[in-house]
Amino acid sequence: MLTQEQAADIFDRIRRFSSADEVEAIFNGSRFALTRFANNAIHQNVEEENSVVSIRTNFGGRTARSTANQFDDESLRRAVAASESLARVQEPDPDLLPMPTASEADVCEPSEKAAGGGARSTRAFTARFFEETATITPSDRAEVVGHIVSVADRHHLTTAGIYSTSESREGIFNSGGLARWHQQTLAEISITMLAADSSGWQKLNSPDVRNLDARRLAETAAQKAVESAHPREIAPGKYTVILEPAAVLDIVGFMFWDYSGVAILDQRSFLNDRIGTQLFGKNINISDDVAHPLQAGSPFDGEGMRRQRVPLVENGIVRRVVYARATAKKMRNSEYANRVGPIEPTGHGFPLPNEVGEMPMNIVFASPEAVSEKPQTVEEMIASTERGVLVTRLWYIREVDPYEKIVTGMTRDGTFLVENGKVQCGLRNFRFNESLISMLSKVEAMSVPVRACGEESFDMVVPAMKVGEFNFTEATKF
Amino acid sequence: MKATAKRALDAASGHGATYADARAVAMRNRSLTTKNGRLGHASESESLGIGVRVIADGAWGFAASADLSRASVEAAAARAVEIAKASARVKRENVRLAPEPAAVAEWTTPYKIDPFSTSVEENLDLLLKVDAEMRAVGGVTLSETGMNFQREESWFLSSEGADIHQTKYSTGAGYTAYAFAGAEIQKRSYPNSFGGQWQNRGYELIEEMKLLENARRVAEETVALHHAEQCPEGTATIILDGSQLGLQIHESIGHPIELDRVLGMEANFAGTSFLTLEKLGRLRYGSELVNVVADARQEHGPGLGTFAYDDEGVAAQSTPIITNGRFTGYLSSRETAHTIGATRSGGTLRAEGWNRLPMIRMTNVSILPGEKPLSLEQLIAATDDGIYMETNKSWSIDDKRYNFQFGCEIAWEIKHGKRVRMLKNPSYSGITTEFWNSMDAICSREEWTLWGTPNCGKGQPQQVVGTGHGASPARFRNVRVGSAYKGS
Repeated sequence: MLTQEQAADIFDRIRRFSSADEVEAIFNGSRFALTRFANNAIHQNVEEENSVVSIRTNFGGRTARSTANQFDDESLRRAVAASESLARVQEPDPDLLPMPTASEADVCEPSEKAAGGGARSTRAFTARFFEETATITPSDRAEVVGHIVSVADRHHLTTAGIYSTSESREGIFNSGGLARWHQQTLAEISITMLAADSSGWQKLNSPDVRNLDARRLAETAAQKAVESAHPREIAPGKYTVILEPAAVLDIVGFMFWDYSGVAILDQRSFLNDRIGTQLFGKNINISDDVAHPLQAGSPFDGEGMRRQRVPLVENGIVRRVVYARATAKKMRNSEYANRVGPIEPTGHGFPLPNEVGEMPMNIVFASPEAVSEKPQTVEEMIASTERGVLVTRLWYIREVDPYEKIVTGMTRDGTFLVENGKVQCGLRNFRFNESLISMLSKVEAMSVPVRACGEESFDMVVPAMKVGEFNFTEATKF
Repeated sequence: MKATAKRALDAASGHGATYADARAVAMRNRSLTTKNGRLGHASESESLGIGVRVIADGAWGFAASADLSRASVEAAAARAVEIAKASARVKRENVRLAPEPAAVAEWTTPYKIDPFSTSVEENLDLLLKVDAEMRAVGGVTLSETGMNFQREESWFLSSEGADIHQTKYSTGAGYTAYAFAGAEIQKRSYPNSFGGQWQNRGYELIEEMKLLENARRVAEETVALHHAEQCPEGTATIILDGSQLGLQIHESIGHPIELDRVLGMEANFAGTSFLTLEKLGRLRYGSELVNVVADARQEHGPGLGTFAYDDEGVAAQSTPIITNGRFTGYLSSRETAHTIGATRSGGTLRAEGWNRLPMIRMTNVSILPGEKPLSLEQLIAATDDGIYMETNKSWSIDDKRYNFQFGCEIAWEIKHGKRVRMLKNPSYSGITTEFWNSMDAICSREEWTLWGTPNCGKGQPQQVVGTGHGASPARFRNVRVGSAYKGS
């Protein structure tokens, strides 16, 4: 695995090979292993190791990027030359800023000190690298898969899924003296249990493998498969739904691309003309916080700027969006400057050059206790529901309408009818077409937020939600 | 590079592999975009490495490394064997590979102009002209263009004696105009959405696409959508343009015929398939007019699924998937061929790069054009009451590939054989087999295009590869329309 010292040495050589005004190098390296099982047997089992350097050169406002995964002098010279030749043929970009220095990348904006609304420094960053995860072997993974298969066998089910472990390094160096390095581990287990006409699913990940209980996940997935057997078909329509955290994560994830200064400037955000308005219910509070103890990821962005905690939604009102450095400057000089809340670099930029600017990717939903509501467990939500649908996960979600934020998708792997406060039976899966604005205005209850992961959106800290009048438009055949 | 791959095979054999293959791959990419008249991003990338796939103790193992030193390659091979032996601890039966002659071959994508020989100035000049043309239309609030080239050179060697050197080129470009007004964002794309049109060709594809010639029309349609009526909700006759039909094929035929899905290997992520094994040769998939093939051969065309050999050394083939409406074939591999009684793989195993395990992927899954001459305008003229939809805007389908819903960027209402008015936010939905059985007309060869889908995701870890889909416009009866906006 590439070390910080080796990366620093490579960056020194890149600087020597370049004639650009400024040079930046982003390093990404990982050792990744994944054991995949299906039909109660391991059928794919892989491991890879790779490190990549991505070089950005800048000539007076003209910038471009070149990426390579070989670090001999010839390969690095070729990558530097490719970046420089791409940069040189461009027109200067008046919005491009000089690369940040180490001190600039750490500085918090004045509004940090202001009461409310401003971005705040990250809290102490908890360890995200665990030897216990990094040293997992193929044999260790096979043993865990064996446990999962034994749960399936005991319930007369067929199981499929993955158990992966990884160790990754991420670093950024620039000619202004900035040097950042982050390393972390991640372990992930995803389990599907299949019966003749039903299925159940569970997924969890953590930097620390000791937080994953494969047997418990397998038992929960198996229970869902067993309890949803022989699913009934009911007519599509508007139902109260109880969305488990993975379902919440996958659907709400489709709106966070829009919490970006560039998205506002491009007029492609559903937040255009809506920042500062009561868009969601008053019980919705969302922030972006890389330092949250349940979050993962590096503490700096694509330019090396320190990621700050940003309160995005307060009591259902969208207060602000995130900014890369150049976007903040551009927004301050735009016609939107007085309509978008605080404007400051927040440490959410993607590597330059890019079209999309920035995005919050460490989303944390506040506990309902933030608005003096008592958190409810999923069981309590079920108990208080006269008629509704319990949803384990959502699938193949796509945006239908970008401004009303209507998204479509399917339920999957454990959809249940709830009547008179109890789960009655499994249901055939539904297609939904639901506006996220509408959905987050109809949240009747929430659980304590947890770290959740799905397949449609990035990992978040989200609660389970009970939502009124969720819009199912069609049913499928299973 | 062959010596490196051979070294990996020897090491794998030495550690106890009963089968091994090694793929060394060198990738090069160029990606350029513009936005609102300025550069969006400009990047080049290179990636080089080797992946070693082995069978040991009757189970699979795979390890990949970017380090091509002797020690690292031998270590990767040893690791692959160690992983395979761990796999064998949780197996039901030994892996069986369908026999395949060990090929020794050289092949390169036919092209006229090496895209990497064109200058970045030339590339950007075209994109910026297109961008300017779109922004010249009042009401356009965002313009985006993009162009991509890829070169993939691979060396495949196997312990059975295969020795295949292939170089594939792919080229793609496209653009989108957006208009935000009131409480609505509309967009139009050309020649297709989500990246434009892609094929395994050189820069000649860019020159043939008439990018600049269509930019103003596309921008004008974007703005005009704000004044169009909402697509009605109900049941209608619809006509789909070739690009949308290509995606319809991808989602509701291409994925469900993947034999690994059918066998449950993708159950945890991509899902399974309604096309269970007993349906082969029996299921009425579509109407008599529906004829679909999976064809990786160059003679089918320069699709993103065109090659000479797949990533386990099986020669490109054409498999009849739907024949006169009847379901006749799956996409298979050496490991899965026996499950359908086949003696040979269908040649569909592909990997995203050197660091990924090859898996069953669509090649060029195409609907064959109608045999009777029929243009799009003739088809519209022959339609009394319907909706013509163009260019995909959203797509979604369940995990067994029954229920789908697609949105398109634009539509026109057809009355008495004429387009009478533009419709915005068109969508349609249905059940796969009901939909394909409702097809009652398809345009002929002159309207047929081999579309490229560059962003097909599958597998864990997820791999993104390009697939090809030939299609010409077609008509479907009694289709649900407008439900995407129902109740919202």
